[in-house]
Order: sequence, then C-alpha cells, then structure tokens
Amino acid sequence: MKLPKQTVAQRFHIRFFGGLIILLVLLIASNNFLKLDFGALIQNFDQFLALFKEMMHPDWKSAPFVVQPMLETIQMALIGTTLGTLLAIPAAIIAARNVVTNKWITGFVRIIFNMIRTLPDLLLAALFVAIVGIGPYAGVLTLTIFSFGMITKLFYECIETIDNGPLEAILTTGGKRSAMVMFAILPQVSSRFISYILYTFEINVRASTVLGYLGAGGIGQQLQTSLSQFRYDQTAVIILAILIMVLAIDGLSNFARERLQ
Amino acid sequence: MTKPELKPVIDVQHVSKVYENGTNGLTDINLQIKPGEFVVIVGLSGAGKSTLMRSLNRLHQVTEGHVLIDGQSITEAKGRNLRRLRRDVAMIFQNFNLVKQSTVLRNVLAGRLGYYPTWQSSLGLFKEADKQRAYKALERVNLLDKVYQRVDQLSGGQQQRVAVARAFVQDPKIVLADEPTASLDPKTAHLVMNDLKSMNQELGKTVVANLHSVALAKEYGTRIIGLRAGRIVYDEQIQDVTDVDLADIYNDGSLVGEDQ
Repeated sequence: MKLPKQTVAQRFHIRFFGGLIILLVLLIASNNFLKLDFGALIQNFDQFLALFKEMMHPDWKSAPFVVQPMLETIQMALIGTTLGTLLAIPAAIIAARNVVTNKWITGFVRIIFNMIRTLPDLLLAALFVAIVGIGPYAGVLTLTIFSFGMITKLFYECIETIDNGPLEAILTTGGKRSAMVMFAILPQVSSRFISYILYTFEINVRASTVLGYLGAGGIGQQLQTSLSQFRYDQTAVIILAILIMVLAIDGLSNFARERLQ
Repeated sequence: MTKPELKPVIDVQHVSKVYENGTNGLTDINLQIKPGEFVVIVGLSGAGKSTLMRSLNRLHQVTEGHVLIDGQSITEAKGRNLRRLRRDVAMIFQNFNLVKQSTVLRNVLAGRLGYYPTWQSSLGLFKEADKQRAYKALERVNLLDKVYQRVDQLSGGQQQRVAVARAFVQDPKIVLADEPTASLDPKTAHLVMNDLKSMNQELGKTVVANLHSVALAKEYGTRIIGLRAGRIVYDEQIQDVTDVDLADIYNDGSLVGEDQ
C-alpha cells in the first residue's frame, strides 16, 4: 500500500508546537515586562478581608433606591442594542461578499467597521460623556456604537455562510437585489440574528453597569458614589442587585437562544 | 412538432465563454430554439451544459456573442430591462434552491417577485389573483395540502415540485431546467418531468432541460442537443434520434469533456 507523502510540517506537527512555543515566549516576556508581584496580592489579603467584613452587613434600607438606576441600566442596554442592531443590518448586508460582489466596496466598509469595533467601550463612554455630558444619554450612545461594531461582524459572517442557491433563484424570477435580501437572505439568517442580538444584549447589560462608573448613567453611577463615600454596606446591596440582574438576564436570554436552535 | 415559420424565442449567436482561469466553457455556440419546443441537452459532466443554460438567463456572463430572448439581447441588458427579460425565463435547479426556512406558499409567491416593488412583496402584500395563482400551481403539482408548511419538512421530490410551482406562477415564456432530476429517485423524477411536460404541452412554454438520463431525454424531449467540450456536436429532432447517436455523444471524442 502506498500512501501519499506527508509534508515535514504535517509529520512533526510544526503548527501546534510552533504555536505553543510562541505562546510560552510571549507569556514569559510579558511577565518580565510587567514584573507582576503575586506576593503583594497575598500580603494585602487582610485589606480585602476588612472590606469584605464591612460588606457583610448590607444596608437593606437602601435597596429601594437601587431599583430606579437598575431599570435605567437595563433601558440603556435595551435601547443601545436596538439602535445598534438597526444600524448593523444594512451595514452587514453591504459587507457580505455574497451579496455585494464588488470586493472594493466590501473591503472598504470592512476596514471602517473594524476600526469602529476596535474602540473599547470605556473609551467610547469617556468620549460621549465629554460630548453630551453625564447621564444615560452618553451610555446609550456608547452601547449603540459598541453593539453596532459587534453585531455587524457577527451578521455579515452569518450571511456569508448561507445557501446561495435561493439567491440565484430570486434573480431568475426577475426580482431585485432588495427582494433577494427580503426573501432569500433574511429568512435564512433570522433565527441566528435574534440569537446574536440577545447575546449582545447580555454583554451590554454587563457593560452598562461599568459604564456608569464613567458617568454614563445607570447603576454604575450609584456604585461609584457609594464607594467614594465608603458606604460599603450600600455597595454590597448594589453588587448583589447587579449580580441578580445579570444572572436573570443571562438565564432568560440563554433560555430564549436555546429555544431558537 | 416545430413550426419553421415561428421566430426563435431563444437565439444564441456565436457565444463563447472563457472562465477566469483560462478554461474554455463554451466555444462558438449557435442555437435557435422555437416557441413550444422541449429541448433536452445531453453530454458528459463538464461538457458545458450548465454553463450554456446559465448563459441563457445571464447567471453567467458570456465572453463573446449574444443571447436573444424573444428578439431582445439579454447579454447587453441592464437593470430593469435585465429583470424584465429574466422574468420571462424561469429556472429549475438541481438543488431546488428554495428558502427552506420559509413556507411553501412564500416560496411559490417568490415566483411573482419580478412583478412587484420590493416594499410591497416584503410586507406580503401580494394581490389576491397572485395568491390564487400560487394555490392553483400547487394544486397542479399535487401539493396544495402543504401550502402552509415549512419547506424543510418536505421530501426532496416534493421540494422540487414546489420549485416547479414557483416557475409556474412566474408565468415565463421559457423554462430552463438544470439537471432537475439529478437528486431524485426515478419515480419522483418522472413526476417532475411530467410537470415540465404539462407546462410545455398545456401552457405552451418552451422548455430547455439538461439531463443526464438518456431514457428521460428520449421520453420527454422533442429535440436533442449534444454538447461535448463546450461545442454543439449533435442537434436532431426526436424522431431522427437513434440510440447509436446518443451513445456516441457520451462515448466518442475520448475524454475531452471530462477535464475542467
């Protein structure tokens, strides 16, 4: 029996071991560069315990004051996700190579979308707080741009995996490209789109709790206030509330996404 | 069967197609098809059958020559004009090309998309007459009871007949069928071929089909065209076709048709 020859790279698993070595080198190099002191973490452990002790007596009376900013956080995430999605759908269609066959157009818009996606949400929040001032408006704008970047990429990659046969079929009926989008593309991707939107919403809820820290509204702002006033008993309530909310929303959204499969 | 005085509904003039990688798909094809003909194109895989068929509705761009549909050039048509011409040329595919996640009705109504502005079709605002047309087409292919089901719940044969119904409602002059039975069992293949035959005989549509099966070609075609290595090597009315001729199309000319 004569087998075809394996290349050297195949025979010695060059890719795997090469990748492993590069990873190790990077890890050692970055540790040397940062000079991480794990000892300090252990030495300061009593400080952490002290903080924890104070938080063990939550100020339950402050609980009602958490509700309003909590709702604001969810609303920010909801509006941000919705606006981001509405912008992302047409953007993803333009970026999908099986819809727009001109490589210059898809290439150009992808560069733009990549640049938008590389902006960290905290940087965006700082920017928008500076532009529109402290409050939930800045948070909504941040989450809109953040969701747009993420959803666009998820969407156009999803569109590129669909069966292109029905697209041709629509063309042969004399339908327009817009009809092709509505009849052949969206039905094929809609359940995965909804799943991606829910996933983005989960991330946005978590992100928006932190955004408040920069003054972009919501529960994060409350969190920051309580910490700066050393009211750790209130901090405890806020953290618990965030935990419950994030767990609940993740659970609901996971449940919905599984049902979509 | 053909009436010599009729003007051709498909007129292929000196069409050649060279692929980007340099392979010759088609070489100097000249072909006139009259209204009402049932033309079957036969040949080995890679002989250019699909390429020729997809040049007729311009899913493929030809490198040279013209294709006229009812006297108008589809090879030069643009935008609205191209869509108008395509509306007259329905196509049935080997892989059905239905949207599996949509209902049977929505897939059949897609055949009417060339008649509607997109906003109207997207909202499902099809005219009652067109819905009736869709029901009637489904009744013809014996699938009216499946009208509200999702396509992915149907068998392959049923899916192909939904695709036939879609071609029905498009109300084209020409129906192209690219290996319509290749992924079906023999019994279902006959059902689909019978659908095409009834479109041809009862509704007077011109049918052009690529077939692998010689038996089906002889049973349904009124004219057989043989392709080998991108050239027409055979073109006869069915009454003049012999088994020896058909065997020649497949066996002769060494294996030039196999590359590509």
